[in-house]
Amino acid sequence: MKEILRKARLRLLKMHFESGVGHIGGNLSALDMMLTLHHRVMNSEDDFVLSKGHAAGALYVTLWSLGRLSEEQLATFHKDGTKLGGHPVPQGIPGVSFAVGSLGHGLGLAAGLALGKKLRGRPGRVFCLLSDGEWNEGSTWESLIFLAHHNLREVILLVDLNGLQGFGSTAEVANLGSLTRKLSEFGIEVREVDGHDTDALERALKAPATDRPVALVARTIKGHGVSFMENKMEWHYLPLTAAQYALAVEEATRL
Amino acid sequence: MRESFTQALLLHAQDPDFVFLTGDVGFMALEPLRDAAKERFINAGIAEQNMVSVAAGLARAGLRPWVYSIAPFVYARAFEQIRNDVCMHDLPVVLVGNGGGYAYGVMGPTHHALEDYGALLGLPNLTAYVPAFAEDVAQAVACMMAAAKPAYLRLGRDERPESFVLPAYAPWRQVVSGLHATVVVVGPLAGGILAAVQALPESRRPSLWILSELPIRQEEIPAEFNADVARSGHLVVVEEHVAQGSAGASLVHALLRAGITLPRRFTHRFACGYPSGHYGSQLYHRQESGLDPASIVRLVTP
Repeated sequence: MKEILRKARLRLLKMHFESGVGHIGGNLSALDMMLTLHHRVMNSEDDFVLSKGHAAGALYVTLWSLGRLSEEQLATFHKDGTKLGGHPVPQGIPGVSFAVGSLGHGLGLAAGLALGKKLRGRPGRVFCLLSDGEWNEGSTWESLIFLAHHNLREVILLVDLNGLQGFGSTAEVANLGSLTRKLSEFGIEVREVDGHDTDALERALKAPATDRPVALVARTIKGHGVSFMENKMEWHYLPLTAAQYALAVEEATRL
Repeated sequence: MRESFTQALLLHAQDPDFVFLTGDVGFMALEPLRDAAKERFINAGIAEQNMVSVAAGLARAGLRPWVYSIAPFVYARAFEQIRNDVCMHDLPVVLVGNGGGYAYGVMGPTHHALEDYGALLGLPNLTAYVPAFAEDVAQAVACMMAAAKPAYLRLGRDERPESFVLPAYAPWRQVVSGLHATVVVVGPLAGGILAAVQALPESRRPSLWILSELPIRQEEIPAEFNADVARSGHLVVVEEHVAQGSAGASLVHALLRAGITLPRRFTHRFACGYPSGHYGSQLYHRQESGLDPASIVRLVTP
């Protein structure tokens, strides 16, 4: 697993460096979760819905690490004529169910997908990865109320709690206090976990089912693994210079 | 029209793919459907954005969701969910807006739908259905079921003249063959105008056409319609919708693109909003915009 993580992180950095694209911070905070989920937890009956669409790079790299995206496909990231946009596009890649990017859509989509599978008598869970900033969106709360009310235990939420959003920290912009407490109040079983500890993530995801929907609230570090990016809001946007890339590769190789 | 809609959907209620979501409306109307569809009838609460996303998820799982509320709560509140989750993915979700145009009358402008199809038709893959009469609804529902595409169904109030024998549902229908202007009416507004036209002596009647599906597809415009416009030299489009994004604008666009010689005269009657700043029944608002039968008759009779 460590080797998978290391390779994926390096590939993600390369991809963002070569394309000159930002959003690397929020990709690095979510990458370990996506890799753990796809390599160690999900089976063929399960679905994954990315709600924080700006972590598209981490999703592409995860699919690449599973052999579901080729090196050639990955090389088209963010280029003209690509199917790998800065946010997942519709009818893009097999297995990526939805175009996302506008926040506050994924949880409702996941709830509908899970309910649909249930109504059709099909097994399988739906894992939905959300950012912490997207709890500013009213629609996310609408979806939470819906899935708690319908007790859609097939939906498992993973919240990437990196503490930074578009133009400030989550505490500065719209302080929610404890998301754990709020989700619990809505009838969700919350499991707090270190979002970069793959063993802990796996344990939390595989812990026995309860009678309520489960959310992992994962403490993460925006820009995880690259010292000069960690917990820095600007890495929501900045592309890497050659020197920064070299340093990032050195650090990510050691990790 | 709402009752016909419930009856039409009841025919599909046992289909394992059928699923119905309401935004907490439908009291005294949807109960039979609720009882028939059981766990596939979902009151999604007063949360339309989530309701549309859930519908997209259900469609992705292979189901055929219908999403119902008062028109603006469906198309305006949840516009981005319709755009991204439904239309971009070309998923077979039908949005049902009850109370097209000014149908909610004195309930006020928050409940009116004056820009619904104009707003939605800019989105990919979507067709808007505007049945004119209660009898049309079952056939429109069948069309939407067969199409399996994103759709918007605008429901209104049936005003069919009692004696009138309705031709089968179609996107374009000619209901009066007259000697004067060529009048195209969108949806239920046609009922009252039809009655008023029928009351005229034959020598003073215009031709009357009903349009029930949008966008206007050039290849669907009947040759008889083009011939009728050429004959009359006066095209009149009447709709309970604002001019922006209207059927009138898109019809002229379609005729121009098809290279059809335009008539000498074009008159467009559309919803003008609330010009007096006062509110009333659907008829009151239609009168303010010159959409009521008497105004249309004055306009088109010699």
